[in-house]
Amino acid sequence: MKINKQLVIEKLLLASEEDAIAKEARAILTGSKSETPIIFIGAGTCGLGAGAGKTKQAVINYLEKHQIKAPVIEVGCIGLCAAEPLMDVKMPGKQRVCFSHVMAGDVEPILDAIFEGKIHEEKVLGQFNDPEQDPWEGIPFLHEHPFFVKQKRLVLKNCGIINPVSIDEYIARGGYKAYLSTIKKYSPEEVCNIIEKSGLRGRGGGGFPTGVKCRLTLRSESDQKYLVCNADEGDPGAFMDRAVIEGDPHRVIEGMAIIAYAIGATKAYVYIRAEYPLAIARLEKALAQAQEYGLLGHDIYNTGIHLEIKIKKGAGAFVCGEETALMYSIEGRRGMPRPRPPYPSVRGVFGKPTSVNNVETLANVAGIMTNGAEWFASMGTERSKGTKVFALSGNIVNTGLVEIPMGTPLRTIIYDIGGGIAKGKKFKAVQIGGPSGGCITEQNLMIPIDYESLIQVGAMMGSGGLVVMDEDTCMVDIAKFFMDFIQRESCGKCIPCREGTRRMLEILQAISSKPGNDPNEALMRMKGITQLEKLATVIKDASLCGLGQSAPNPVLSTLRWFRDEYEEHVFERRCRAKVCQGLRTYTIDAALCTGCTACAKKCPVNAITGNRKEPHSINQNICISCGSCFETCKFNAIVVS
Amino acid sequence: MNEITIEINGKKVIALKGENLLEVLKRNNIEVPTLCHLKGLFPSGACRMCVVEVEGRRNLVASCSEPVMEGMKIHSHSPRVINARKTIVELLLSNHPDDCLYCERNGNCELQNLAELMHVRERKIAGKKNKYRIDVSSPSLVRDPSKCILCGRCVRVCEEIEGVSAIDFTYRGSKTIIAPAFHKGLNLSSCVNCGQCILVCPTGALKEKSYLDEVRNALNQKDLFTVVQYAPSITVSLAEEFGLEPGTDMNGVLNAALRKIGFKAVFDTSFSADLTIMEESAELIDRITNGGVLPMITSCCPAWVKYAEQFYPDLLPNISTCKSPQQMMGAIIKHYYAMVENLDPQKIYSVSIMPCTAKKFEHTREEQQRQGLPDVDVAITTRELIKLIKMHGINLKELEPELADSPLGSRSTAGKIFGASGGVMEAAIRTAYYRLTGKELVSFKIPAVRGLQGRKETRIEIGSLNLGVAVVNGLQNARLLLEEIRKGRNDIQFIEVMACPGGCINGGGQPIGMKEENIKARMNALYKIDESETIKASHQNPYIIELYNKFLKKPLSHKSHELLHTRYQPRNVIK
Repeated sequence: MKINKQLVIEKLLLASEEDAIAKEARAILTGSKSETPIIFIGAGTCGLGAGAGKTKQAVINYLEKHQIKAPVIEVGCIGLCAAEPLMDVKMPGKQRVCFSHVMAGDVEPILDAIFEGKIHEEKVLGQFNDPEQDPWEGIPFLHEHPFFVKQKRLVLKNCGIINPVSIDEYIARGGYKAYLSTIKKYSPEEVCNIIEKSGLRGRGGGGFPTGVKCRLTLRSESDQKYLVCNADEGDPGAFMDRAVIEGDPHRVIEGMAIIAYAIGATKAYVYIRAEYPLAIARLEKALAQAQEYGLLGHDIYNTGIHLEIKIKKGAGAFVCGEETALMYSIEGRRGMPRPRPPYPSVRGVFGKPTSVNNVETLANVAGIMTNGAEWFASMGTERSKGTKVFALSGNIVNTGLVEIPMGTPLRTIIYDIGGGIAKGKKFKAVQIGGPSGGCITEQNLMIPIDYESLIQVGAMMGSGGLVVMDEDTCMVDIAKFFMDFIQRESCGKCIPCREGTRRMLEILQAISSKPGNDPNEALMRMKGITQLEKLATVIKDASLCGLGQSAPNPVLSTLRWFRDEYEEHVFERRCRAKVCQGLRTYTIDAALCTGCTACAKKCPVNAITGNRKEPHSINQNICISCGSCFETCKFNAIVVS
Repeated sequence: MNEITIEINGKKVIALKGENLLEVLKRNNIEVPTLCHLKGLFPSGACRMCVVEVEGRRNLVASCSEPVMEGMKIHSHSPRVINARKTIVELLLSNHPDDCLYCERNGNCELQNLAELMHVRERKIAGKKNKYRIDVSSPSLVRDPSKCILCGRCVRVCEEIEGVSAIDFTYRGSKTIIAPAFHKGLNLSSCVNCGQCILVCPTGALKEKSYLDEVRNALNQKDLFTVVQYAPSITVSLAEEFGLEPGTDMNGVLNAALRKIGFKAVFDTSFSADLTIMEESAELIDRITNGGVLPMITSCCPAWVKYAEQFYPDLLPNISTCKSPQQMMGAIIKHYYAMVENLDPQKIYSVSIMPCTAKKFEHTREEQQRQGLPDVDVAITTRELIKLIKMHGINLKELEPELADSPLGSRSTAGKIFGASGGVMEAAIRTAYYRLTGKELVSFKIPAVRGLQGRKETRIEIGSLNLGVAVVNGLQNARLLLEEIRKGRNDIQFIEVMACPGGCINGGGQPIGMKEENIKARMNALYKIDESETIKASHQNPYIIELYNKFLKKPLSHKSHELLHTRYQPRNVIK
């Protein structure tokens, strides 16, 4: 059976009933009836970073060498970044099997085995669970893997599984049906109602009800309206949007098309950071396909509806994730927030009504339209519905992308899904919501994750970055990291954020740097702590945009839960995690020092003296605690305290 | 019903729908400090000085950008609000050079005032300060980014009023500065030197390039014959600074003061404004009758001329070839006055006092000199003049009025009204009418071209000729009109362009901190002079007649072209 565009459109997209041809086409496109083996390579940016490119080449070489005909398909990330590179093999009639940590050298043994009907057990992660395929004996199912078992994958449903740049496969899996039935069945107002009833809230951080936002834009009268998909994911440690676009771009496009219809927009932008070249490339391909299949463009399937989607690359400014700054950037101006009101729904891109929605929000829309508002509202907590994708990173075993129902406790994410703290260390805190969020400690790990409960403990949902920190993390250092980030990324427009964050950073730097000879320093440090809180209050209270208003959060939240660590830094000049370099003292253990002079040669300030072949010593008045002697010494004679 | 009720500090107040909170507060005499606010422009919400507490809102709210809502309860001076404002000022000071005593704006600085207002008496917040090089590349303006508090008013004026956008925010975070494109010097940018940014700058970050020392040096040199001219608007722009009613005409005492300071001859630029009208109206008639390029556009405003050279090179043939009054006066002083008074032109040091920073640029243009002899040697602003007067301890209130020097000191009122937007147009029409019909206008007054609006258009019957004229001020308004011209609009034959809103009475060299009332007072003063005096047209000025009889022969003569006309060329700048 030959699959072409016409067949896909007629039988899979437009047909109301599925006939035999449609069934067969669907089976071919989803790979379940393939007569040849299929090999899938997890080739998201994360996979490629781990070496998936070489793995893929090794697979191609192997197939050539053995003259095996088997397509090699690049898929997105399934979420388990820690296990990458990932390679799936689907043998005819058998379940698809996923192998982890597949470096180029591992390809041959794995493929040798599987073509002989055996599974390379060392590398296997698990097998899929397709009722139409024969399972491999003795191989665990992937959905029962501890990383997956407690997840609920709606947004990530296709990620890592389907070919992201095959619109045929997306359609074969039910894609774009929601869009076409929506524009035929519902009025825009009705779509707004359904979205509102579902309880979907903005996943970009603010949590504004998406349906309400749509209706506000719908009711603004204008000759032109815009939809903007905000893919300017800038939080350190957040990569949900990238993974979704890399793994399943058509889901985002379908969500955009539905929302564009709901608000009456005929033009839409995807504002995506230029640092995501792979996501951009896949999105470009997907957009071209949607255009080719008549799902975008002029008079879509004779409904009289038009939609044009353009990609706008952002130059990597954190503040451009803020919607008004983002709109200025789209217009080609400097990305700086402006006061709201007027809200974008009244005055947005080029002065026209605009709705700005996050990638994950949009990726939820097709599911809601297919399964109904009640279905979506049945998941989650009272005020936070559906699921949330989190990017799990830091000192945790299973780093990666997880999607959980709202209301899941953090403990479940960290210990069950995430596999606990890496290297057997003790958990200290988890930073949620990036630089705008806060940290959550052991005592609050049981709170169910939703918008409101996170705010209660001084954090916020944010876009979904979860950075796990173990006992070796210095909380002052963490606060300093985020403050440094914020003050560099502040747009510089409003005074509290521009000048205030900089002063806060200076205070943090002062309490974690090496004491000088100025007797006033101690006093300044002490004053610093009280001033941190005062500045934080004003910055929160008076800043122009959300970035500024949330800028002091990392400091406030670490101060709230780890005040003792701050006090140690200030009064005892001690960093218990031994992270703050300025507070380390380096001495030389005379018993171990051989007098090789290597450290003295490396010391940038000539603080180390001593005769050749005799123990050396460090002049503490000169030492800047840079640690280069520690790194140089081969005899472990340098003692850090 | 457009009226709604809100509550401010426990008192019910009526507000209008669509109004911003700040307007309501001001109307009710509740003083809320502002820094970035500029009346009439889109609120930027940058400085956060105007924050107030609105009940039910999590954060403080900037009143400049917050529309009023029924039932709003506002606290404009609660402890929380005052704390925020004070901290903001302290934060600004923590990154501001402590050199108030050496600062141009000492005593007239909004940051200083705010520090005083919020009672900042202790350096609570300290830290690293940004240090930047001062940009002295422009002949007109000096930009000191270290003193800039990034309120963005200059950026908005340059973009929204002047349509130039020579400067904008660059870099991020605490490294953010306002600078020309690619962080190059202002001289390479599209800056037209209008100086409107100086008028809105709250601190000393923007100021004119001062030439007071050059002037004082010249005055001290015995062998130099230092002369001075002052622009038409100067005499009505000094009053506020000397404690008089805004708009008071100080022409006579200014002549006296300038002589006291040591200038050997004092001339009124309004005389050469008359001369400009003689040439310009002749040129207009010539273009109309001989099929020249139309519409003709005035050339008095050097900021406009540079703007056209940068952005409208295709319209340069439309611009009148007449030099500006400053330059005509300069040329006449060195070539005619020197001849009459038997002076060596090389020994004449010619100072001009202008309400304008672009004039500093204009006199350095290479076309504005003859055989290495510049028409004008140095131009200073009204602000510099005020300093000069005060430095010399002259009390204007006690001076006896004097007349300017002959034969270049007497003017018609047509030359005087040059100072307000529409003045050049009105003066030119008065003379053109006489030239074309041989008769004087019945009423010299042309109300349709007067006033502070950004664009004024009218049609005027001159005999059989029906002349379409337009007057624009603020270069953004000029841009809008010129775009229409470019698109083929052809019902206008004569256009007056002034870069500064309202014309020279609101020029970039005028005293800082003036309100619209002050500008109106100056305008009214000019028209009052026009009303009260008898010689109302340039061609009636006896000294102008004499100048033509004795020296220039007639408008557009060979001599005129040599001394009084100039040329323009497209200009490449970083746009």
